[in-house]
This record gives sequence, C-alpha cells and structure tokens, in this order.
Amino acid sequence: MHPAPSVIVFSVLSGMGFGLLAYLGVGLVHLSGWLAFMWWGLGYGLAIIGLLAATLHLANPKNALKAFSQWRSSWLSREAIAAVATLVVLAPVALSDWLTLGWPRQIGLLGAALAVFTVFTTSMIYTQIKAVPRWNHWSNPVMFLAFCLTGGAVLALQPFAGYALAGLAPLLWWVWHIGDQQFGLRAQTLGTATGLDRIGDVTVFEQAHTAGNYLLREMIFVVARKHVVRLRLIAVGLASVGPALLLVLLPHHPVVFGAAALCHLVGALAARWLFFAQAEHVVGLYYGKRQGFDVG
Amino acid sequence: MTTLPATTVKKLGLVIDLDTCVGCQACVTACKGWNDQGYGALLSDQDPYGANPSGTFLNRVHSYAVQPPEGAAQIINFPRSCLHCEDAPCVTVCPTGASYKRAEDGIVLVNEDACMGCGLCAWACPYGAREMDADAGVMKKCTLCVDRIYNDNLPEADREPACVRGCPTGARHFGDFADPGSAVSTLSAARGGYALMPDLGTRPTNRYLPPRKKDMRQDASLLAPLLDIQATGFAGWLDRLLGKI
Repeated sequence: MHPAPSVIVFSVLSGMGFGLLAYLGVGLVHLSGWLAFMWWGLGYGLAIIGLLAATLHLANPKNALKAFSQWRSSWLSREAIAAVATLVVLAPVALSDWLTLGWPRQIGLLGAALAVFTVFTTSMIYTQIKAVPRWNHWSNPVMFLAFCLTGGAVLALQPFAGYALAGLAPLLWWVWHIGDQQFGLRAQTLGTATGLDRIGDVTVFEQAHTAGNYLLREMIFVVARKHVVRLRLIAVGLASVGPALLLVLLPHHPVVFGAAALCHLVGALAARWLFFAQAEHVVGLYYGKRQGFDVG
Repeated sequence: MTTLPATTVKKLGLVIDLDTCVGCQACVTACKGWNDQGYGALLSDQDPYGANPSGTFLNRVHSYAVQPPEGAAQIINFPRSCLHCEDAPCVTVCPTGASYKRAEDGIVLVNEDACMGCGLCAWACPYGAREMDADAGVMKKCTLCVDRIYNDNLPEADREPACVRGCPTGARHFGDFADPGSAVSTLSAARGGYALMPDLGTRPTNRYLPPRKKDMRQDASLLAPLLDIQATGFAGWLDRLLGKI
C-alpha cells in the first residue's frame, strides 16, 4: 500500500496524543496551573494536528463533515466521532486542572477510555480490510494500542515508560512475523484471483494497460525487499531500544523524557511507514505483482 | 446509508465469457466513451498525449497465459470491473454515506455529492474495481450503466451497459441473477459460471464463464499422405534410370 505521509503523520501523532490524554484523564499525571495547560495542550495539540493531517489525505475535503454520519457500519466514521467525543469529554477535566477549579475527575476516566477506544477505531480502519491480509489480523489493534500507551507513557513522564518502550521491540518483531505469513495463509494467487487455476498455471501475458493508474500508485506500492530488514532494525532501534536505554540508564529528568519521546516518535514514524509499505493488496495479483516479504 | 440491504429485489450483473473474449478492449473504450458524457464526474485523463499518460477507467482487460497440465498453453483475456457484490466491503467502510447498494436492483453506486475522496472503499475492494478520479477527487466505479438500462429515450436494444452493447464477440451478457430463468442465470448454470475469490466473503453478482475444453493437438499432419510423392509414368522411368547410373 502507498505510504502516504499525511496518513503516517496522522496515525502516529494522534496515537501518541490520545495516549497522553488517556494518562492525563486517568490522573496518572496530575498537574495544575500553567504546567497542566502545557501538558493538556500537548495532548490536544498532537491529537488535533494528527486529525488535521488526515484531512490532507482527502481528495475532496469539502465533504469531510459527512464522515460523522455512518457510524453504524464504518470504522472511519466511528473514529471521527470517537476522536471528537474524547476531546469534548476531557475538556472540563483539562479546564479544571489548568484553572485549579477542583471539579470532580470521574469524567476523566470516561475520557481516557474514549481516547484508547479512538486509537482502537483507527486500527480497525486497517484491520477490517480482508483485501490486505497483513492488516487483517488481531495483532494489528494490539500494535496500535501498544504504540498509543507507550508513547503516551513517555509524554506523561511515567516511571515505567522505559520498560514499556523496551517491550515494544519484541512486540514489533512478533507483529511483523505474524504479518509476513498472512498473505501466504490466505492462499490467494493469480490463479485463484482469476479462477483460471481450474485450467492450469497462470502467468501474466500482457498487462491491462501500458501506463500507470490509480490502482498501481495506491495499492501496488513496491518497496525494495532488500531494505526491509534494515528498516525494521531502524524502527525497532529508534522506537524502542534507544529511548528505553535513555530512560532506564539516565535519571528521570523531563529533558531525558523529551529526548526519549523524540527518538520514539521518529522510530514510530519509520514503523508506520513500513506498516503501509509492506502491506500487499490482493489486487496486485491481477497484475502479477505479488512481492512477498517472508523475511522471517 | 452504508449498511447493506439484507436482500435486493433484482440482482443485476454481468456474465463474462472468457471463451469468446478476444481482448480487443472494445468494452474498455465503450465504457470510457459512455461514462464520459453523462453520469457524474467525467473520467479524466492526465497527460493523455504526453510521455506518462494516466486516466480513470471502470473496466480493464488483462491477458493471461495459462498452461494446462497437458497440451498447449492458452491465452485468456480477462476483463475486470465491479462485480456488484452482495456483501460489498466497499459500501460498509464508507464514512460519508456516499457508497451504497440499491435495494431494488443490487447496483453498487457512489453518490459523488457526498464522497470526500478518502479512498478507503478502493482499499476495501479486493478486485480493484474502484478508481479515484485525479481531476474530480471523487471515487469512480462501474454503474452498470444505470443511465442506459432504464433510459426510455434509448432504443430498446441500447438499454444495456455500454460494454455489453459494444462487445463485438458477444462475450458479455447483462441480466438479472435473482431470476433463475433469466438468460444470464441459465447461461451461467450451463457453462459453470464462477465468482472471483469467493473465500473473501464478498458474494459477487457477476459470473465468469471458464473457457471451453480445447481439442488436443494432433502431432501427425493432415497433409502427410499428400506430401509422400511417388513418381509414376515417364517421370518414374526417368527416376529409376537416373538411380542406376
């Protein structure tokens, strides 16, 4: 799948932002005054910048408001509603923290749950697509939620953040390992896609068109296979191992947390780029473009 | 509403005969021609006469070489367009309500006035049936020529999809699969019509007819007896005489 920068930025930033909002909502970081304003502002800022980045992906954004209407069937619509609901529900808690109004915080728990649910809906936009076998697996929401809660923990200056970051490395390898097998497990080939396997071995004789088209650009993105292992190491190193070492070895100073958060952010962007670039859509079969990332 | 109808009164769709399709691309041209002048945004082209042309098409014809376990390889031309699935994943993923499946005839359509161009429906379709128009920024797909099949202003013979009307070999058929006695239903039943990637659970309406069994190639030439020329008469006498010298 084409790794569109707008969607990568959206899902990574809003994931971290909603993660931070969840910790703030529960009260694991309980700040007051301008410090509270800055932290809540960081959470709201990341979530909103992410959502705005997502609208850059739209070819016809004037109809974007209609995306709140189809929650009965569409995960993308559910995500839009959950995101706005989270930001609205947490607003009084944020206001109370900033202006030290002392309002009851129970609604913060609901807001935190909504924040996590929003990231779950984001993950389901991809997980629901059977035509992309790598995404169509329950490990996918686990990965999105792990990034949300880990990134949020670093931004929320949680003492356990270093260990959470360390846990991301084996989780990512596991998700990639599962993902590598999915296309093969579905056993879809050019033969089954065309139904011509009932006659014999099928190969492409002539492509349907001589120039590029939307399908080739959007869904048959080809990434150099030799770079996959290297990119995975970079993603794991920056998103997990590097910031985990920073937080485990160095004293828990906000500057160390800041450095760890930046490092994790870059790694998360690399991992999300791979999430799209490695994912193969079954329509590629019709073009004889099965790549295979079975690198183990 | 992007929830699917539980059932549709008619199930309009196509039968595509892979035995008779010659891969001439007339259906591609007829489709582009018709859909460039009426229903919704035009099917735009980018850099059409330049070095890197690209454009929106609702129908694409692939060519495959198929090697059976025995006998010669076959070239099979394979038109690919929207299958108007009963469990259309492109409809349910749509966040704006632009994608819908009609309860009366099962046609899957896009309301372009509501489409925000997110492209998620094209991702959800396993068959690559949807293409985003780069000019209009809305999703385009086969409408089964909904503006032809019910159009009283057209002669009755023209009230079928442009691809079916334009096919010179009769490889495309249009009709109602909900009626077991319809021409498409009986044709599909008689020739073993099949759906594409049924295990993905989309329940496509369109059916593909597999190529008929081919004769086995005869290694002996039919001309062999004629090529074994025996000289007779004067030529025979000359032949024998010359052989003795």
